[in-house]
Amino acid sequence: MKRLTEKILSGDVRAIARAISWIENDYAQKEQLIDDLYPHCGNAVVWGLTGPPGSGKSTLLNLLIARERMKGKRVAVIAIDPSSPFSGGAILGDRLRMQKHSTDSGVFIRSMASRGHLGGVAGATADAIKVLDAAGFDLIIIETIGVGQTEIEVVEMTDVVLLLLVPGLGDEIQALKAGIMEIGDIFIINKSDKDEAMKTKAEVEYVLSLNDNPRKDRPNPIFMTSAVLNLGIDELSTGIDLYIEELRVNGLIEDKRRKRIAREIRLMITAKIRREVEKQLGLNERIDSWVDQVYRRKRRPYAMINELSDTFFKKNRT
Amino acid sequence: MRRKIRILMAKPGLDGHDRGVKYISRALRDAGYEVIYTGIRQSPEAIAHAAIQEDVDFVGLSLLSGAHNELFPEIVRLIRKYGGESIIVFAGGIIPEKDIPFLKEHGVEAIFTPGASFKEVADFIEQNKRRLSH
Ligand SMILES: Nc1nc2c(ncn2[C@@H]2O[C@H](COP(=O)(O)OP(=O)(O)O)[C@@H](O)[C@H]2O)c(=O)[nH]1
Ligand SMILES: [Mg+2]
Repeated sequence: MKRLTEKILSGDVRAIARAISWIENDYAQKEQLIDDLYPHCGNAVVWGLTGPPGSGKSTLLNLLIARERMKGKRVAVIAIDPSSPFSGGAILGDRLRMQKHSTDSGVFIRSMASRGHLGGVAGATADAIKVLDAAGFDLIIIETIGVGQTEIEVVEMTDVVLLLLVPGLGDEIQALKAGIMEIGDIFIINKSDKDEAMKTKAEVEYVLSLNDNPRKDRPNPIFMTSAVLNLGIDELSTGIDLYIEELRVNGLIEDKRRKRIAREIRLMITAKIRREVEKQLGLNERIDSWVDQVYRRKRRPYAMINELSDTFFKKNRT
Repeated sequence: MRRKIRILMAKPGLDGHDRGVKYISRALRDAGYEVIYTGIRQSPEAIAHAAIQEDVDFVGLSLLSGAHNELFPEIVRLIRKYGGESIIVFAGGIIPEKDIPFLKEHGVEAIFTPGASFKEVADFIEQNKRRLSH
């Protein structure tokens, strides 16, 4: 363990990669590891990049990483894709679009399947961020699709949320408003090479104007990019830096990080207790028999679970 | 074993025929594995770096262009050099019978020629995953 910690702190790629596997597989040793690394965390800036599948997140990242490398930053990416709900397997294809950096030792890219781990993908992301932060990466980017509560939880683990939209989404922008639009800091209209990009921008501006933006004095920045034509990338890159600088100056980054820690603590404690409850009750082993009793109307659902929870609490009272 | 098996699928060399590797990738996903697909025309360096960063258990190589005797051993060498001592490498593609012993000697543990079924690949993974270290 001590050796793994030291290796991670020295930036050893194999050790970093192995640590992330421990996290994904929810190994018990991960707790000690994260705690050992924690004093060395706090230097990295974390971006969340989210948007519909196919909107160009990975393609754009390929270009943004190049800008950050020119600024001398070491960059790590965690690219999250959904697992198949049928098989539990996944095809993780984000690396394919980030080839520019495939042999650069200053760039680390890790693909993660969203449902591959027991502790929840948001918890795994938060821990992986700590490993990469302790390993000395200046910038950590989380790429994830922008649909679903799980994905929202993931990007909430970051300092700044970049929301990628594309022309032709139509009503989807309205639908997005409810969830993900609210957590976006910086809005990017990618595929600006396409017709209707300006119309999309106007729609985004409109939706944002409806939001109860806590900072009415300064609206969320919107950028237009084309990741295939390499357009608007410098403006975006500078815009992100400025945004983060402002967050720092007015103390908002500290607020955000405190909120993030609050979320993490909630997640960690509920996950931990839930696991213990499930273990003590023997949930996995007994669920079929409970189902059977309820299905055949031998027992009533509330009476049954109250009995179970009473037994649990009695046993744990002492 | 509760943990997910992770498999990197890569195409070194210059040919752009990725139908086979995509088919196998999808079949592996449907069998419950996590597949990292890196696309065509990958350099040995890029494949080895990806294998380490992704901490995969297996690397599957696909090649139709005939340069397997140079590329496959080089990829295995680089994977080992960067610390992937227990990563299991297998390959598929148009590979003449006579080259197979040479490739096996150089760390390519299984070779699936065009007639092979997906089941043979899946069986190979199932049989070998027990050897994995963590
Ligand atoms: N026309 C156009 N296509 C793009 C642009 N950016 C990405 N694409 C294409 O959109 C597809 C999906 O890109 P990808 O980066 O994988 O999207 P992701 O799923 O959001 O990561 C690919 O075929 C890209 O080439 C763009 O700015 N303009
Ligand atoms: Mg992507």
